[in-house]
Amino acid sequence: MTLSLYPSEFRIARDMDRCIACQVCVRQCANDCHVYDVDDDCVISDERYCVGCHRCATLCPTNAITIMQNPNHYKSNANWTAQTIKNIYKQAESGGVLLTGMGCDRPLPSYFDRMLLNASQVTNPSIDPLREPMELRTFLGSKPERVTLARTNEGYDLTTQLSPQLMLETPILFSAMSYGSISYNACLALATAAQKAGTFYNTGEGGLHKDFYRFGGNTIAQVASGRFGVHAEYLDVAAAIEIKIGQGAKPGIGGHLPGEKVSEEISKTRMIPAGTDALSPAPHHDIYSIEDLRQLIFALKEATGYRKPVSVKIAAVHNVAPIASGIIRAGADIVAIDGLRGGTGAAPTMIRDHVGLPIELAIAAVDQRLREEGIRHRASIIAGGGFRNSADIVKAIALGADAVYIATSALVAMGCHLCQKCYTGKCNWGIATQDPYLTKRLNPNIAQRRLVNLLRGWSLEIKEMLGGMGINAIESLRGNREHLRGVGMTQSELDILGIKAAGEAW
Amino acid sequence: MGQLYEKDMSGCGIVGFMSENGKVIPGDRVITAMASMHERGNGLGGGFAAYGIYPERADFYAFHMLLDHPKAKTETEAYLKSRCSIEMDEPIPTRRNELVSDPPILWRYFLRLKPESAQDGDEEDAIVQMVMEINAKIEGAFVASCGKNMGVFKGVGYPEDIGAYYRLDEYQAYIWTGHGRFPTNSQGWWGGAHPFSLLDWSVIHNGEISSYGINKRYLEHFGYQCTCFTDTEVLAYMFDLLIRRHRLPIEIAAKIVCAHFWDEIERMDEKQREMFRTLRTVYASALVNGPFAVVIGHANGIVGLSDRMKLRPLIAARDGDMLYIASEDSAIREICPKPAQIWMPRAGEPVIGLLKSPQVETPASMRRLELFQMQLSN
Repeated sequence: MTLSLYPSEFRIARDMDRCIACQVCVRQCANDCHVYDVDDDCVISDERYCVGCHRCATLCPTNAITIMQNPNHYKSNANWTAQTIKNIYKQAESGGVLLTGMGCDRPLPSYFDRMLLNASQVTNPSIDPLREPMELRTFLGSKPERVTLARTNEGYDLTTQLSPQLMLETPILFSAMSYGSISYNACLALATAAQKAGTFYNTGEGGLHKDFYRFGGNTIAQVASGRFGVHAEYLDVAAAIEIKIGQGAKPGIGGHLPGEKVSEEISKTRMIPAGTDALSPAPHHDIYSIEDLRQLIFALKEATGYRKPVSVKIAAVHNVAPIASGIIRAGADIVAIDGLRGGTGAAPTMIRDHVGLPIELAIAAVDQRLREEGIRHRASIIAGGGFRNSADIVKAIALGADAVYIATSALVAMGCHLCQKCYTGKCNWGIATQDPYLTKRLNPNIAQRRLVNLLRGWSLEIKEMLGGMGINAIESLRGNREHLRGVGMTQSELDILGIKAAGEAW
Repeated sequence: MGQLYEKDMSGCGIVGFMSENGKVIPGDRVITAMASMHERGNGLGGGFAAYGIYPERADFYAFHMLLDHPKAKTETEAYLKSRCSIEMDEPIPTRRNELVSDPPILWRYFLRLKPESAQDGDEEDAIVQMVMEINAKIEGAFVASCGKNMGVFKGVGYPEDIGAYYRLDEYQAYIWTGHGRFPTNSQGWWGGAHPFSLLDWSVIHNGEISSYGINKRYLEHFGYQCTCFTDTEVLAYMFDLLIRRHRLPIEIAAKIVCAHFWDEIERMDEKQREMFRTLRTVYASALVNGPFAVVIGHANGIVGLSDRMKLRPLIAARDGDMLYIASEDSAIREICPKPAQIWMPRAGEPVIGLLKSPQVETPASMRRLELFQMQLSN
């Protein structure tokens, strides 16, 4: 083997005064970074394969391990950064496409961080959610423009029939993560947490394991270009169906599940041979324009007796607003928009980091466009792509989203340390892996509790922020951009977001 | 910022009363009631709405105009003539008063829409469109009211001074509403005083609408342009939308604007639950959130309403055929010392007063509702 020019990314510092050579780190590291030396009765580390997942450091009983960035510097060069040089070394050695996991990690401007929220003072009282009702309940689905009633002797009868809706107790759903990209236990934790919290999780394009049919009422079943695991029963048990056109981490290309992760159970669920790469095509081969999408939407509605809302998920791209409009006109009940920072189990790095739009701008552009066209009520908007905290969610809803999809933060809640190596199938946290030795590390009961806790904590914070604005129902925040102000933005950015600059009064 | 938008952050005094038998009441009563709540205003806005004041011209749209300069008047007249025939026009009578300064030109026009001006034969939509255009496009012109047999009288000053200025004691109305403002940020603009009015709808409002941003965008979807630079107008437009255009009954419209809490809806019987769940889901963006108390007037009655948590005061009383609604009971007792019944309406619970026999034969807001209900009963 020739010498690799690719340096190790991390340094593993082992404090030998603390290390008791218990070998926990040896057993925990799926990348084989730690080796027990029998002769010297000590543990040594080979950091070349360290991914920085912190599994060893977290489990070390004596806190003997510190993981740090490799301190070696290349000669400073603003254009040829260390990452750029290392990427070239890697490709020169492999001849392949640079792969990565999770969402875009480049320091692009975060519009969430440049928006500030409002609060009440004196002229309108803030509302205390600990003492007063504060409502986050959200309904997703197509709404008619108006309701009609008929007068009766006792009062009124409803003569408007709503099309199917999803009812959420908090405007947060778990975004698409397939069984295959993540483990059985991780899927189980998401499904259980969605059920307990009164919200929904999404199967991704991996089909639905039969064990999870009991969570059908909280399941959004995805239909993607590979059609993995799509059959009548799958559609039937779910509460809603989502056609996946694109995803924020890799707009324009299909899904990738490396054969290493296609175990026996996954092969059954996806209806593909075990060990084969599950590569879904870039486009749906039956959708080459909007009229084809319409046919698929209605084929799915027909197949499920018009009892379930149909969502269409797209990546936020330059033309997102007219695309969303077309999707609604094609009959979708929900449009899910996934922004540039949305995560994935595997994506080409260049596509992940350079294609798409930040979700903030996409929400604002879509919501405004739909209102101008008079069709905003015909579909709900779910926004996804890098929601880090409850404030991001409040801002997204104020811009016009009905609800948000979270996935990266859900994985972090379960223990993910964002090492971005999901595509290797060696997740030491037992989440993005199918290796039974690793998957058993994720206790689904503990993981679901952590997920429920996260939703609870964020919901409480959303309630506090709403109360501060003098609002006691989430629908009065939705699309209410008067409660947002921008800092450090250009006028055109403010205009696209439809918000005023910080310091401008009502 | 291109527009001067003055959000009405205010702690105001409001009063509204009516005779359900349709007896007319002189305007000095409403001035007396408002004067007792002097402390609730700061002299930066007072106004009144009166119904039944133009019985001899009840078939004409009465446009009360606030005109900043003669050019605005010329342009407004040219615009009105292009769409309507003007039956009669005259200055709105006033009595000079040292407490009221810098009034605009106050003029009223009694109009009949030319048949070709009604889009799709809908006269009221055409009138709404005219009001939107005048307010948005003619610099210095503002339509204070445009309903039939009613009018809004408002300006910058304490309400009792504004009422005296407009000589309200000389008018007789079966519904009166009055408002005194305490704006925290006022440009001293006459058009910014309450009531806000559209067709025969008028709204007086104490409070702040924290949901303004979405209510405004929702109304834009239906062609309403919020140009009065205040959050109160959304209430006038919302009721116009729900009752006139969507033909919903008043009590249902009130429960859209002040929706039941979800846990209340869950406790209802199945039929009611389905209805209120549907209404709240479809009309989510019509929920008016934030502290407020309002009195809405229309040709056939009044509705008093406070927000879902009652963060602004509202009290109601009945005596004989009279219904009173006010911010403070002092305002009611000033004109009705011993009401037969006086009560604090619950949060979000509308107080509804209706004429026993409609005074106006075809009041704008009710006509279609009645037609609709007739269709249903057939």
